[in-house]
Amino acid sequence: MRNVLVFGERRDGDLKKPSLEAVSVGRRLADAGGGTLSVLVVGPGAAEAAAALGAHGADRVVACEAEHLALYAPEAYAAQIAEAARAEGAGIVLVAGTQMGRDVAPRAAARLGAGCLSDLVEIETAGDGTVRGRRPVYSGKAYARVASRGPVAVAILRPNVFPATVARPGAGADAVAVPPALAPERIRVRTTAVERGGEQEIDVAEASIIVSGGRGLKGPESFSLVRDLARALGGAVGASRAAVDAGWIPHSHQVGQTGKVVSPNLYVACGISGAIQHLAGMSSSKVIVAVNKDPEAPIFKAADYGVVGDLFEVLPRLTEEVRRLKSS
Amino acid sequence: MKILVGIKHVPDTEARIKVASDGLRVDETGIKWIVSPFDEYALEEALRIREARGGEVVVVAAGRPEAQASLRQGLAMGADRAVLVEEEAYDRADGLARARALAAVAKAESPELILLGKYGVGADEGQTGPMLGELLDLPHAAAVTSLALGEGTFKARREIEGATEVLEGSLPAVVTCEKGLNEPRYASLKGIMAAKKKPLDVRKPEDLGLDPKDLREGSRVVWEALESPPPRGAGKVLKGEAADAARDLARLLREEAKVI
Repeated sequence: MRNVLVFGERRDGDLKKPSLEAVSVGRRLADAGGGTLSVLVVGPGAAEAAAALGAHGADRVVACEAEHLALYAPEAYAAQIAEAARAEGAGIVLVAGTQMGRDVAPRAAARLGAGCLSDLVEIETAGDGTVRGRRPVYSGKAYARVASRGPVAVAILRPNVFPATVARPGAGADAVAVPPALAPERIRVRTTAVERGGEQEIDVAEASIIVSGGRGLKGPESFSLVRDLARALGGAVGASRAAVDAGWIPHSHQVGQTGKVVSPNLYVACGISGAIQHLAGMSSSKVIVAVNKDPEAPIFKAADYGVVGDLFEVLPRLTEEVRRLKSS
Repeated sequence: MKILVGIKHVPDTEARIKVASDGLRVDETGIKWIVSPFDEYALEEALRIREARGGEVVVVAAGRPEAQASLRQGLAMGADRAVLVEEEAYDRADGLARARALAAVAKAESPELILLGKYGVGADEGQTGPMLGELLDLPHAAAVTSLALGEGTFKARREIEGATEVLEGSLPAVVTCEKGLNEPRYASLKGIMAAKKKPLDVRKPEDLGLDPKDLREGSRVVWEALESPPPRGAGKVLKGEAADAARDLARLLREEAKVI
């Protein structure tokens, strides 16, 4: 029997989609190991997540409602995960690979003396309790098959890879209230503010559609063409390193080996030649579109659909076509 | 202020990664090795803090003998001295084993601040910093794009999905660095010459109280195989007038690829 614990990350009270993906994976692994699936939720209002989590397959919701856990505090969150893993008898701890997840999971693993598997795109358990997975390494230039030995494994799942499914419509989960693992005075680092930009943008790390711009845009003002297409598609705005280094757009938009590694359903590369570091960051996208006027650009080798043409002419028309299709 | 900077010796980001014949390792033929780019932000930040407040910057790595080259690079950029925990097995060890090696050095050095890159390129994990925080019982902040130090305190900003988090904490602490934090300097010729004379202390894991056997056999996480990425089929290329190409593309994305 192998129980599974999922860390359920919330933002503004709602569970994040990558965490629901992790809950769906957790249900499958709990069934395979004949164990229960518990989900840890922290901060005020945590217990309210029980209904949604039950529908996604959780058996138990472990809720720590402490006010001082409202915003991210690395030590306290890691301690809470480790404590819940012990209390729930978890052999596997699943954490979604969000900014918070990638930060807190290794710390929780060290606290548990457990192995930590990062960025998994596949995960299975063997009969002997070994957790096996597959993950991109070298930013997707290769894939590693990894395994974790020992009684507990912490696994970080790449967002947007595993589907989040409503496994048990209408079902609830048992809510268990737990005290904070660390008292407020023992917390030595905490989030004191969360600042949002003026315009609420979708982040490339969690977008299912990304439209990226590169050097071919020729300047910061033409990013508006990329933004318009992204908006029409309901996607995020990405960028190549060249565009970021030129100061046309902040680094948070950069896709590639020194930016974010992404796997959206649709990736549209506009005016991006396709340096190896960029290809590494987006080649696991499900469908890749390239718009570039140079037919020899390496990006076309990675693309499922390529348009050889001037992006200043193609993008506005493509945006128009997408709007038309979406409204029809 | 004494600052410890973790450095990882990694294949150049330009490198093409080929799987070696054993199906497990990277074929190292023709690969150039560099300081992991994110570690350069960490070192630059440490040098700026030293310039403002005085103190000492110590670069540290855990890895095979070749990692000395990356430590020399750190010394050439301006670090005062270097420590290598030398053991071939660190190149295959998991994040926890590497964090234990750095923690052993940190215990001996007692720095006020430990800086690392947000991850070592290649493994792309970002485990070492947060694990180091836990092993040393210190607070940590990961992937920061700004860092300001007060008296025994720090304030950092980090980008999260669609927002920026402001973190405040106490020193000593572990902080990992993201692109945007600063613009790393290049090593000057003078720096490169001076680096040859700076101390580079090579320690064995057993010198630091670590069990090398535990290291070789005790990693919780093991790589069982390395594979090339799945090949992508040849794509469709649309040429001709922009209006026609745009219309055809939108239709293919809806009807064939079913993504819009």
